This record gives sequence, C-alpha cells and structure tokens, in this order.
Amino acid sequence: MWLKELSEAVGVSGHEDEARQVIIKAITDQVDEYRVDSIGNVIALKKGDGSSDLKVMVAAHMDEVGFMISQIEESGLLRFFKVGGLDDRILPAKVVWIGDKKVPGVIGIKPVHLTEQGERKKPVKHDKLVIDIGASSKAEAEKLVQRGDYATFATQFVELDPEGKGWRTVRGKAFDDRAGCAVLIELLATQYPFDLYAVFTVQEELGLRGARVSAFAVAPDFAFTLECTGANEIPTPKDISPSTRLGHGPAITVMDRSFIADRRLVQLLIDTAEELDMPYQIKQPGVGGTDSGAIHRSREGVPSATVSVPGRYIHSPAAILSLDDLDHTVHLMRESLIKLGNW
Amino acid sequence: MKETIKKLVEAFGPSGYEGTVRDLIRQAVEEEGLANGKGDEVRIDALGNLVVLKKGTGGGRKVMLAGHMDEIGVVVTHVDEKGFLRFGRMGGIRPLTLLGGRVRFADGTIGVVGAEKLEDRSKVPGLDKLFIDVGAKDKEACPVRVGDVAGFFRPFEDLGDRLVAKAMDDRIGCAVILQALRELKTVAHDVYFVFTVQEEVGLRGATTSGYGVAPDLALSVDVTTTGDTPEAHTMAVSLGNGPAIKVKDGGMLAHPGVKNWLIETAEANEIPYQLEVLEGGTTDARAIQTSRAGVPAGCVSIPCRYVHTPSEMVDYSDVTNAVKLLVAALSAPIELE
Repeated sequence: MWLKELSEAVGVSGHEDEARQVIIKAITDQVDEYRVDSIGNVIALKKGDGSSDLKVMVAAHMDEVGFMISQIEESGLLRFFKVGGLDDRILPAKVVWIGDKKVPGVIGIKPVHLTEQGERKKPVKHDKLVIDIGASSKAEAEKLVQRGDYATFATQFVELDPEGKGWRTVRGKAFDDRAGCAVLIELLATQYPFDLYAVFTVQEELGLRGARVSAFAVAPDFAFTLECTGANEIPTPKDISPSTRLGHGPAITVMDRSFIADRRLVQLLIDTAEELDMPYQIKQPGVGGTDSGAIHRSREGVPSATVSVPGRYIHSPAAILSLDDLDHTVHLMRESLIKLGNW
Repeated sequence: MKETIKKLVEAFGPSGYEGTVRDLIRQAVEEEGLANGKGDEVRIDALGNLVVLKKGTGGGRKVMLAGHMDEIGVVVTHVDEKGFLRFGRMGGIRPLTLLGGRVRFADGTIGVVGAEKLEDRSKVPGLDKLFIDVGAKDKEACPVRVGDVAGFFRPFEDLGDRLVAKAMDDRIGCAVILQALRELKTVAHDVYFVFTVQEEVGLRGATTSGYGVAPDLALSVDVTTTGDTPEAHTMAVSLGNGPAIKVKDGGMLAHPGVKNWLIETAEANEIPYQLEVLEGGTTDARAIQTSRAGVPAGCVSIPCRYVHTPSEMVDYSDVTNAVKLLVAALSAPIELE
C-alpha cells in the first residue's frame, strides 16, 4: 500500500512532480506501458487477457490543493494565493512547505493579545495572511523562495491505530485524491478481461483539466473515477444526511454537480457490493464534482461512475480516513471491473 | 400533433432519466417508418441521446436539429427517521413553485412538497426548509432511497389556443422536431434529428452528440421566456406571435448567417416570427456551436410562459409555425451569409 508515500508527496495542481514520481515508481512493474502526456497525466496501460474488446479508463487525480507565492514583501514575509478550494478559516497558524526544497514556513496571524473586541469572530481572508519563513528581509527570503513557488501543508502521515486495535484509521494531507491513487495502484495487481487504462490525472482541483485531455486521448468505452470524498459527521440538531460516513464503505455517486452517473454502472457497483456482503453507501447527491464530470463529456460521451473513499476534514492539513473503507473500495472495484468484462 | 405533445409532456424524464421519453419518440419513429429510407439511421449514443438521420439526396449540408428530452426535477439527499425526504436540485427548480406541488418518482410513487414552520412568512424559504412527503409512516415503510429522482406531476391541459403542462421545456421542442421529421420530404441535406439528454444540468448530451454528429450547421429547438404577462421582465417576445428566432441568449450568440437564413425563410413563406433576445439562460446550441472546430448554430424557440414551473404555457400556433419554419428552411438550399 502506497498511501503514506503518496500522502506525503508534494503535488499542488500544476506541479504534481513528486506525486507523479511516487506513482511511476509504484506502477512500473505492474503495467505493460505508461507515458506522461503533455500536461503531466500518467497514462498507464494494463493489457487485458483478450476476452473483452472494451477499453476501460480508471482515473484518480494526483494533484492536491495548496498555495502559490504571489509576492515577497520587503520584510521577507510572503503573500500567497490559494490553488484549489481552501476554506480561509482553516489557514492561520498552519505549517507549510514551500517549493521543491520544502522550505518550512508558517501561515502567520497576529497573536490573540493584540486582537480587538469582535475581531476574533470574523475569519481572516487569505489575502490578509502571510507565510513566514523566518527571513528578515526580501533579499534573505529570495535565497530560498521565488515568486511563483508552490506551497502545501507540512503534514506527516500518521497511523491512528498503530497497535491494530481495530479501527484502522489514518491521518494525513492530500488524501483527496492520493487515496484514489492508492486504490488505483492496488487495482493494477490484477489482469482484467479488457485493456485497462489507469490514468493519474493532474489539475483536477482547478477544473478537471487533466481528466479532460486524457479522456480525449484514451477514448474509453467506460470510465470510473476513484476519489476521496468529504465525510461530515459533526453532530447537527436536525435529522439531515451526512455527505458520507467513515467506516461505512465505499461511497457510490448517483449524481453530483459535475455529472450524473451511468445507471448501469451504479447498479453494477451496488450489485457487486451486495454479492460481496460489503458495506457501501450512496453519496449524498448534488454536492461536489470529480474527474467523471470531464470524462463523461469527452468525444461522443463516456458512461462513467465515481467511487470514493470517505475522508473527514479533506482540503485541510489533516484528513482522516479508514483503511477498511480503502480496502473495500479496492475489492469492490476489482470485482466490478471483472464483471464489467463479461458485459 | 396535440396527442404527441400530451404523451411527451406527461412522460417521466428528469435529467439522466430520459428513458421513457426516448422510448416514446423512438417508437413513433419506428412505427411510423420515419427513418426507413436508404441510408437512414436510428441510434442511441453512449450518454443516451437519440440520433435519427434522414439521409439526403446529396449535394446539401449536414444539419443537426436538437431538442432536449430531459426536464428539471429533484434528487433525494436524505430519508429521515419519520420517512420524510430531503432533496436537492436537478436543474433550475425554485422553492417558490415547488411548495404544495406534487412530484412523481420513476416507480410511480407520488410525493407532496411540504415546508418546515417558517420563521418569516414574507420570505420564500430555501430548498433546505422543504421536504417531500410520500405518505410513508416511517423510514422503513418509505419506498424511496437516497439518490432517487423525481419530476413534477401535472396533467396536460388543452386550453384551446394555448397548452399548459409540466416539461413543455423541452418536450415541445421534441414534438416540433418529431413533427418536422414527419413532414419533411427527402431533401438534399442530411438531417440529423437529435433528441438530447441532460440539457438542464449543463448541455451535456448536446456536447457529446454535437461531437458525434459533427454537423455543418445546427439548430436547437427549445422554449424561451416571454414579456407578455403582468409586470413581466421586459422582453419583446409574446405568446402567439410566432416562433422566436434567436439573436442571443445568456450563453450564446446565434450565428448571424443562421439567424438571417431563418428570417428570410419565414418571410418568403409568410410564417410569422419574432426575434429573441434572452438575457438569462441558454440551450443546447451553445454546446454544439463550440464542438470540434466550431459549428454555425442558431435556435428556433417556442415562446413559453412560466418556464421551470409545473405549468408551462405555450401557444399552439407558435408550435405549428415552428414546424413550418423548420420544414421550409430545410427544403431549400442553404446559403449562409
């Protein structure tokens, strides 16, 4: 399982290099061929056993949300903008890595002593925050950081149940969507009836850009997207649905903002989960979007589905997911793909 | 034609769930032998668009007509312990026109839209304050699951000159295109009659069928709003003044050559028409227009009051004149200026 390496690799949208290196290392011996396309997608072919003529694409995105340095102040403090969907409220006081050398920095905010009445009730917008690498001048800072450098949360991967007491949860950054990448890598251990194109996409967080061009290049008959989707289980007073729940199995999308899943594929996934007597959940419809949003509109259309590993606190420095959910997702996808080969 | 309209508008078909509508249209095409000529073709593509090709005699253009089969609806996001359903949007539904209405699920289950106690009755509640009651006594007894989809439930009414129904947007466009297929003799052009899916959630079926058909020229037939009701938003389109030839809408500019071709056809054939400048909203032609290396595209719009409510109203003469306009336009050589 490559989740730890994948999670700790830096790969903000548009600069996925380190994540791509981990992926290539992981798949090299498992696939017949692979290539990196013009915008950085890894497109790998696992040849089928020849019993099915289908061409199936399974996608997971390798990019993560993060920051880009926009300005180095005379003081040596760094201004930044957000790359992908980040909630301003979670940014202050977080530790980050900047650039390929992983220069450590912290997102600075003034100490509580200096705040005025009422000030603490309002979130601080990201353009009022700075990243501080401890440099005392622009000249010093420029020795380590350039305008245009990327930054991401500095988070180590942690097993939350190291003694194996049974809850099997882990914490880390970028599970969205390195968890999907980890599942996809596991799927490559099996040969399927058809040619399987495993595509590790770039720039999903900025608008499904890698998926769009890779789907055009692959031109598949069917497609699946593997994701890590938000689980929100913070208690509410009202009887309303959490998007997904940790430990309740793979989340199958019926519809989100980006696409309506192909009903036959959804049924295939549900039937397979039930035959395997495995937990699964229907993701709360209408929220989020995934690479399927771009893939299903490619060329003459591609019937598509999305399966997600639920993750709490995604798009933050510390998300939590269940390895049971991840294992179930691998199992569900492997069996569903084998069945798809018999269609 | 009213019989076809009634069948189409009453069918169940929210975005992604157009199967019933598609079957009705395909049945008509097959039973009436509308695509039995040499080289004619009926196919369903990967996303569910129905593509009917009426092959031309040659020397003409490859023309695509698109009308969307899907209608707006709701999708269930949660079933609570008491069996009430919370729901989200499939396309542009509005709380104001949902409350007290009825919806129908694919399996025929009927639900009523209710609201929580409102703190302020002068304000329209948000969707999160509404729920659907299918009459189940608890969650266990509820026949609906998270992810199930429903559409408005209302019968078709023939008011004489005017017709009222849910889903006129865009079954009336489907009916017009189907009728044009019935009336069009074999012409020089290859004409693709395309009944698209998932327009209401982002022109998705038109995106893929536009790519698949790769036409030289495309027309959407969809509804447009009007400015002819009390205190309406100003718009120079009225029911009964003829089909509206699109100049622009919120998402596209009609190709001027296509617009002029339609205007000249209407004038030469003495078909009433009006010009449409729609400030919000768009339609399939927008997606087809930017397909591949670009496609000159325009729209023949059916003026419609109360769009995206359960009671959309059109004028029957606009509908029949839209058919006349399409048939006349396709029956002659096409020169775009």
